[in-house]
Amino acid sequence: MIRVILPHHLRTLAKVGDEVHVDLNGSATVKDVLDALENKYPMLRGTIREHNTLKRRPLVRFFACGEDISHESPDAPLPDPITKGEEPFFIMGAIAGG
Amino acid sequence: MSEIRVLVGTRKGAFVLTSDAKRKDWKVDGPHFAGWEIYHMKGSSVDPDRIYASQTSAWFGQIIQRSSDGGKTWETPGSSPDDLKGPDGMPKGESNMFVYDGIPGTHMWYDGTQHPWEFKRVWHLEPALDNADHVYAGVEDAALFESKDGGTSWNELSGLRQHDTGPKWQPGAGGMCLHSILIDPKNPKRIFIAISAAGAFRTDDAGKSWKPINHGLHSQYIPDPHAEVGHCVHRIAMHPSKPNTLFMQKHWDVMRSDDGGDSWREVSGNLPSDFGFPIDVHAHEPETIYVVPIKSDSEHYPPDGKLRVYRSRSGGNEWEELTKGLPQQDCYVNVLRDAMSVDSLDPCGIYFGTTGGQVYASADNGDSWNPIVRDLPAVLSVEVQTLK
Repeated sequence: MIRVILPHHLRTLAKVGDEVHVDLNGSATVKDVLDALENKYPMLRGTIREHNTLKRRPLVRFFACGEDISHESPDAPLPDPITKGEEPFFIMGAIAGG
Repeated sequence: MSEIRVLVGTRKGAFVLTSDAKRKDWKVDGPHFAGWEIYHMKGSSVDPDRIYASQTSAWFGQIIQRSSDGGKTWETPGSSPDDLKGPDGMPKGESNMFVYDGIPGTHMWYDGTQHPWEFKRVWHLEPALDNADHVYAGVEDAALFESKDGGTSWNELSGLRQHDTGPKWQPGAGGMCLHSILIDPKNPKRIFIAISAAGAFRTDDAGKSWKPINHGLHSQYIPDPHAEVGHCVHRIAMHPSKPNTLFMQKHWDVMRSDDGGDSWREVSGNLPSDFGFPIDVHAHEPETIYVVPIKSDSEHYPPDGKLRVYRSRSGGNEWEELTKGLPQQDCYVNVLRDAMSVDSLDPCGIYFGTTGGQVYASADNGDSWNPIVRDLPAVLSVEVQTLK
């Protein structure tokens, strides 16, 4: 199980609380997490990454274990504390514009 | 007893305002979609409880919301738990998937170079007149989409964007938006749209082919003031009983056409400024129209700090100022292009919202005004439903 923290706007869109869980066992990548998240909450499709290209939207950032991993490959393995559910995977809106 | 429902889109959420036919005591419900920009909401004339909303964010993109109970509850079409049980299995979550048909191509950028078409948001949603599941969407960068499944999926009517003049279209200060969609009630295959800054266009074959209808427009701020396209049209309006007569608030100039847009003539007359954004038509008097003059394109507030609606009962040229109940000093708000609407009671109610968060209503054809609410976020759009 992987814990995911969504930004406020996407929590209200998906009608969920602070933290959601996706069922992935063993190693996982950012792409795996987002695929599982979008399958569980289809209304999130197109809001974190573009529909067709699956590119991260420019003002969305990903954090794992205190590190900004937004520019890393979506196919790179996530750190163990994330895949073991010890720490959450953060999806954030960039602080821009107010 | 009739009821009035006012759908208000703002910079930070949606609000639903309701009243009985007296239009004195209002209930304010909201914010819905708190924190999101709501560019537009509009109900179906076939099923008034079916309402569509354009929810958008620079961070998280476009969302389409749909209500089937008059705005009490909302869903993103194609993403509800019920869809999981459908014969297609998993929901597609494509209600916010606006993809241009084919290779998008380019339009003119601010500096005169060519720039790729890029979808940004839905500015206006226009439900069809005969089917609550059929709805059109006017988007930025300018294109027209339609959904025939209640907003679950969208297809572009690409004949418009692929018009020969497309590479000459360019964005106005607010972006290259398709903001007005008027369906001819006597011939639903005839649709008028307007784009800032390309101009007005008409289809007579339900969106397959389009014709620029800008003859008579004069825009001195573009290289050829009489060009076929490139005019910054802010809004067009029509009375359903006279679909060949169109009214236009252009960047500068208030215009009218009596031949379905084939030709236009200026009717700015005695307006204190002919710059502005919204224009609308009285529900029962096809020659009675309303505008809100704004000082200039660089000073987006009312002339002299006085918020005045102007009414013409002669279809233009002769205008009277309507001020009773509106602030007449130190008022520096704007009224955006989709932020005026009318109800169909008698006397006709007129409504508009401001960038200062006020929604004003008149229950007497515009003679006097009262604020329904004073302190909403900046108002982007106002639509009114008259419920029987």
